[in-house]
Amino acid sequence: MSDTPVQTSATVLTVRQVQDYHAMTLVAPAIAERFRPGQFIAVAVGGRHTARLVRRCFGVHEVKSDYGGTVEVVFRDTEPGTSWLAGLKARDQLDLLGPLGRPFRLPRDPVNCLLVGGGPGGAVLFALADSLLRRGCRVHFVLGGPSARQVFGSRMAQRIGDSATVATADGTLGDRGTVRDVLPRVIDETAADVVYGCGPTDLLRSVTQVAGDFGLPSQVSVEEFMQRTGACGTGVCMTCVLPVHGDDGVTRMVRACADGPVLRGDRVRWGDLGTIPFDALGAPRVLSTGARGVTEGSDR
Amino acid sequence: MSDRGSGERTAHDRTGHERTAGDRLRTSIGALSLPNPVLTASGCGGTGRELAQFFELSRLGAFVTTSVMPQARAGRPTPRVAETPSGLLTAMGLPGPGVETFLEHDLPWLIEQDVRTIVSVAGDGVEEYGDLSRRLRGVPGVAAIEVNLAAPNAGDRGGTFGRHPAAAAAVVRAVRAHARPGVPVLAKLAPDATDIVTIALACVDAGADGLTLINTMDGMAIDPHTLRPALTGVSGGLSGPAIRPIAVRCVYQVHAALPRTPIVGVGGIATGLDALEFVLAGASAVAVGTALFHDPTAGPRILRELDEALAARGIGSLADAVGLAHRPAGYVPPQVRPDELEKERT
Ligand SMILES: Cc1cc2nc3c(=O)[nH]c(=O)nc-3n(C[C@H](O)[C@H](O)[C@H](O)COP(=O)(O)OP(=O)(O)OC[C@H]3O[C@@H](n4cnc5c(N)ncnc54)[C@H](O)[C@@H]3O)c2cc1C
Ligand SMILES: Cc1cc2nc3c(=O)[nH]c(=O)nc-3n(C[C@H](O)[C@H](O)[C@H](O)COP(=O)(O)O)c2cc1C
Ligand code: FES
Repeated sequence: MSDTPVQTSATVLTVRQVQDYHAMTLVAPAIAERFRPGQFIAVAVGGRHTARLVRRCFGVHEVKSDYGGTVEVVFRDTEPGTSWLAGLKARDQLDLLGPLGRPFRLPRDPVNCLLVGGGPGGAVLFALADSLLRRGCRVHFVLGGPSARQVFGSRMAQRIGDSATVATADGTLGDRGTVRDVLPRVIDETAADVVYGCGPTDLLRSVTQVAGDFGLPSQVSVEEFMQRTGACGTGVCMTCVLPVHGDDGVTRMVRACADGPVLRGDRVRWGDLGTIPFDALGAPRVLSTGARGVTEGSDR
Repeated sequence: MSDRGSGERTAHDRTGHERTAGDRLRTSIGALSLPNPVLTASGCGGTGRELAQFFELSRLGAFVTTSVMPQARAGRPTPRVAETPSGLLTAMGLPGPGVETFLEHDLPWLIEQDVRTIVSVAGDGVEEYGDLSRRLRGVPGVAAIEVNLAAPNAGDRGGTFGRHPAAAAAVVRAVRAHARPGVPVLAKLAPDATDIVTIALACVDAGADGLTLINTMDGMAIDPHTLRPALTGVSGGLSGPAIRPIAVRCVYQVHAALPRTPIVGVGGIATGLDALEFVLAGASAVAVGTALFHDPTAGPRILRELDEALAARGIGSLADAVGLAHRPAGYVPPQVRPDELEKERT
C-alpha cells in the first residue's frame, strides 16, 4: 500500500440511477488498493478536448476487488459536468486522480460509532462503516434528507449497521424532521463514543455541535464545501479554503481538498465559512482609510 | 547559453552535427540556463509538494513559486473560482504564508528536490518589492526572481503596477537594485494594458533581464441562480486556453520589438503544440498554469509533446524555433510531414 495518489485512466463499469442520484462504478485498481475511507477522487469531465477545466471531486462510496479493483462514487446531477458523467456508458474511459485527501481516523479500540449522513454525502459512510466493523466497532447510522428520494443508503444502513435512524423534512421516510432533531436521542440510545459526519455544511455544523454538547469527538468530511468551491482536488489552486482553528488556537484558511476533506468538527469555524474571519492568520487589517487590504482591486 | 549541453554531450555533438534529446530542449533566460523550457506558472503549482506526488519536480525546466509577499495573507473569501468556457475566472487575493515562512519551509524543500526555483514576488508598494528582493539576495537556490506586476497598486485604486510604464519600471528598478548580480529578474505583465510593448520596453530599460507574458486578464461572470457576481471579488483574472490567442499576440508583439530579450510565454498552454506556438512567437520558455489544475502531470507531458513536435518538423533545437514565426513570408520553414501531422492529431 502506497500513500501517494495516482493519475489513471479508468474504465466505466456501470452508471445507474439510485433514487435522485447516480452511482458510477469505475475499474481503477491502483486507486482501489490505496484507498482509505473518507478519501475522494477528482475526475476530469467532458473528454479529451474539453472546455471544462475544473475537476469534479467525489467521495468514494465503496471499493471492491472484483474486476481487479473497482471504485464507486455517488453524485447528484447538478451542472453540465455531472450531467456528462451521468451520461457515460460501460467501457467509456475517464481520467481520474486518487485517492486524494485525508481519510477518517479510526479508533484503535472497538467503540460505539455514530455515522451521520445527509443526501449523497451519506455514501462515503459505508466504506467507513466497513473498516469500523472490521475493527469490531459497533456502527450506528443516522441518515437524513429533504425527502425519501434524497436519503442515500437507508436499506443498506439497516442491513450492515447495528441500528439505523432516518429523518426526512417531509416525513416521507423515517421521522419527520432534521438529523439534528433526532441526534441527541440516538446518541443517548447508542451510547456513542465518537461521531462521524458527511453531508451539507448545515448538517456537519449540527453534528459537531451536538457531539460537542455530549463531550464526544467528531470527524466530518467537508466534501460538499469542497465540491462547491474547489477546482483541482490536489491542493494546488487554493480555491477551496475554509477557516480552521489550529492546535495553537490560531485560525488558518486550510484547503478542504488537501488538508481535508475529513476534519475535526470542533476545529472548523462553521459560522465563518465563505468568509475570512478578521482574526485569521493573514486576514486583511482593519478596513480604515489607507489601510492595507482595502485596495485589492485585482489579484493574481 | 554558455553551458549548453554540459554533461549530455555526445562525440558528434562537439562537431556540431548531432545533438542529444537533452540538448535539443536546453534553453536559457539571460544568465540562467535551463535543462528544458517547461516551467510552472506562478500560483498554479502550489508549494510544489502537491505536484511532487505525481512526478519528480526536477523534470521541469524550473518551478515558479506562488507570488511571495512580505506578510502572511489569507486572501479572499470563497467562492474564489468560476469555470468559464475553456477558462477559469479566479479572484484569490494573493494568499500565501509570507516571505519568512516561505524561506523557512517551502524554498528549502524545493531546493532539496533539485529543481531550479524562480521566486515570484509581489508587494504593496515599490519599497515592499525592493525589500523582498533584498531579503532574497543572500538566499542560495534562487535561480531567478519574477516580478508580479499584476499585483494591486495601493496608490492606484483598482489598478496594477503593470498598467503604467513608469510604475512598472520603478518596481523593476527596485528589485534589480537589490537582487544579486547574475540572478535574472523577469518582469511579469498582464495583457490588459493600453500597449504592452511600451510597458515591456520600460521594464527592460529599468533592468529586467527577461519578461514573463502573460498574467491573467480581468473578467467577470454572473451566477444565473443567485443573480449575483459569481466571485466574492466580483471581477477576477481569466486564465486557461481562453486567453491563449491574447498571450501569443503579446509574445509576438514584444519579441518583434525586443528580439534579444528572453520571454517566458504563459497563457492557456495545455499541449506541446500550444507550447510550440509560444516558442514560434518568440518565447524561450513556457509556463503552464491552469492546465495543472486539470492535469497535475501536464508539465512532463507538454515537454514530451513539444520535443516530439520539434522532431516532427525537423527542428534540431529549441533555440532554432524561437521566434520562427517572425520570418518574412516567402521563407520556407521546415515543414511537418503529413504522417507526423496525423500522429499529432490522435
Ligand atoms: C474521533 C476519534 C476517536 C477516537 N477514539 C479512540 C478511542 O475510542 N480509543 C482509542 O484508543 N483511540 C481512539 N482514537 C485514536 C485513534 O485510534 C488513533 O490513535 C489516532 O487517530 C492516531 O492517528 P494517526 O494519525 O497516528 O494514525 P492513523 O492515520 O489513524 O493510522 C493508524 C493506523 O490505522 C490505519 N488507518 C488509519 N485510518 C484508516 C482508515 N480510514 N482505513 C483503514 N486504515 C486506516 C493506518 O494505516 C495505520 O496503520 C480516536 C481518534 C479519533 C480521531
Ligand atoms: C489560481 C491562480 C493563481 C495565480 N497566482 C499567481 C501569482 O501568485 N502570481 C502571478 O504572477 N501569477 C499568478 N497567476 C497567473 C498565472 O501564473 C498565469 O500567468 C495565468 O494563469 C495564465 O496562464 P494559464 O492560462 O496557463 O493559467 C495565477 C493564476 C491562477 C489561475
Ligand atoms: S480544490 Fe484546489 S486546492 Fe482544493
